[in-house]
Amino acid sequence: MYSLNDFSLNIYDGQIFGLLGPNGAGKTTLISMLCGLVKPTSGHFTINDLNYTNHSLKIKKIIGVVPQEYALYPTLTARENLHYFGSMYGLKGSVLKDKVIETLDLLGLLKFADKRIETFSGGMKRRVNLIAGILHNPKVLFLDEPTVGVDVQSKNAIIDYLKFLNQNGTTIIYTSHHLAEAEDFCSNIAILDRGRIYAQGSPSGLIHSTPEARNLEEVFISLTGKDFRDDV
Amino acid sequence: MYKIWMSVVKEFLLLKRDLGGLIILFIMPLVLVITVTLIQDSTFKTVSNTKIQILLVDNDKGSVSKTVFDNLEKSNLFSVVTQIDNKPITEEVAREAVYKGKFQLAIIIPQDLSIDLQTKIDQNVENIVSKIGLSDSSATTKPSKIIKEKEVKLYFDPAVQMSFKNAVMSSIDKMISQIETKSIYTTFQNQLGEENTKFEQKSFITFKEIIPKINNKEILPNSVQHNVPAWTLFAIFFIVIPLSINIVKEKSQGTFVRLLTNPVSNLIVIIGKTITYSAICMIQFYMMVAVAIFLFPHIGLPSLNIEGHLFLMSVVALFSGFAAIGFGILLGTVASTQEQSAPFGATSVIILAAIGGVWVPVFVMPKIMQIIAKSSPMNWGLEAFYDVLLRNVTLLEIIPKISLLFLFFIITTSIALFYDKKKRTV
Repeated sequence: MYSLNDFSLNIYDGQIFGLLGPNGAGKTTLISMLCGLVKPTSGHFTINDLNYTNHSLKIKKIIGVVPQEYALYPTLTARENLHYFGSMYGLKGSVLKDKVIETLDLLGLLKFADKRIETFSGGMKRRVNLIAGILHNPKVLFLDEPTVGVDVQSKNAIIDYLKFLNQNGTTIIYTSHHLAEAEDFCSNIAILDRGRIYAQGSPSGLIHSTPEARNLEEVFISLTGKDFRDDV
Repeated sequence: MYKIWMSVVKEFLLLKRDLGGLIILFIMPLVLVITVTLIQDSTFKTVSNTKIQILLVDNDKGSVSKTVFDNLEKSNLFSVVTQIDNKPITEEVAREAVYKGKFQLAIIIPQDLSIDLQTKIDQNVENIVSKIGLSDSSATTKPSKIIKEKEVKLYFDPAVQMSFKNAVMSSIDKMISQIETKSIYTTFQNQLGEENTKFEQKSFITFKEIIPKINNKEILPNSVQHNVPAWTLFAIFFIVIPLSINIVKEKSQGTFVRLLTNPVSNLIVIIGKTITYSAICMIQFYMMVAVAIFLFPHIGLPSLNIEGHLFLMSVVALFSGFAAIGFGILLGTVASTQEQSAPFGATSVIILAAIGGVWVPVFVMPKIMQIIAKSSPMNWGLEAFYDVLLRNVTLLEIIPKISLLFLFFIITTSIALFYDKKKRTV
């Protein structure tokens, strides 16, 4: 993994910001820092003008995090998982219950609400994983590869729901290896490699500014090259 | 408070759906306490009710060997075997039979033991009598025959435990001493030649065990009174395994990372786990006490007598549970995989139990181990249980021990929280 170097980035309210890059580019490190999981060795950042050193709890109240792995209890049902994680955001009573029902319904999972997560398919787990991060209507939502390994239907449901959240005021920062998905979904993109930002702008702007590039994948290859990033 | 409550609910749901964990938490401790108490109780009964066959090789054919034979036969412990296949036993045969484990013990009485013992005593008594001027002048002119010291040989089966060996050796030693004393008295009597002079040969000093009384009732310690607290404590500490696995699983499943990004401190999560697992400890404890009171009498064991002690025993169980939970939290935090936490948890609990005196009483341990034992939370818990159940102490008197248990919980949990914070570096 490359550490982040000489790194400066502004993400504005209401954006859907894609962090793209090959393996080891530093995407997960960046997301982990923004979520408060890893402390930068130097430099600083703020979220909504708040920093983790002084306002950790305030930041955690306004952000939502959807990790790459299914961060759910396999032996609990979808509803039990969501009630638990929702309560950790301070939601309770009918507000929590209604929110769980509403989001499960929106993502097509209400009839499976009382089934254990361990019986779910990958796509269903991804959707519950997403719900667990947005129950409290976060101002900023971080997603680390939210559509990896899921079927087309689940991917569409997740992307549609994220667009819906964004239209309702949630700023979205997400990482992905699906460049076509990012091209369609993101309002802004940063292409990272070896811990640095190689380019940033809107998907269409990046395509137009790269000679002979017809899509985001060609922009990506022209900036990061065709070499593997295998490392152990 | 709501977050703590939801954490408790979540932990209970997780436990409820973990069959293996439930078996470890509730079934295994019951199996353990029943099995161990039955074994220890039956061992006790074997020693007291069933006679152990021992070989006696009588090369003496005199009064001493006859007395040894009679005393051994009279005792409730032994049955004396002097022939195998209708043939008298030689020392060789006896040694082989014992070393092959067919018998636990062989006693070899040396040749002429009775004659030599009497001669030796005669010489000594004559010597004393002549010095005080009461001797027959003709007797003093006889030259003294040199009598070599005699040795009664004992062969033990190598598999026999040291405690059994010591008990047998001490009882034979006592028997030989009595024979010697009796012979000395008799010889004096004969030397003095006064028919009316009778020495009282019964022991002047005897001993009696004074058993502690609670509410004017004697509290007779038995295998149940000793085993139930010890193994209950052992079971309570086994909570370390499911608890540490629970924490390791949260890390590997990613739920721990999610919680770190939530507006909830790790302390809340830890408190949730502590409440849940404390409740589990108490359920375990009451189940084991209930089994010891109600089930034991039906399977031939004495019932556990907790008369007036349940509250204080519950206090000790709760604080022992805290200590176990603290250890489990620390282990789960430091371990990265279940393969690390489960075997280490199990082994360390067994070590803590061994050090703490669950198997071997601390007072028979070597000095250095006695010092180490004092640092085992299981020893603090066990001593507190014995204080309450067998020594009839008050709450005030167990406060130092339960404080140590709570301090252990605070220290281990603090280390876990500190380690976790350092590791995350945020």
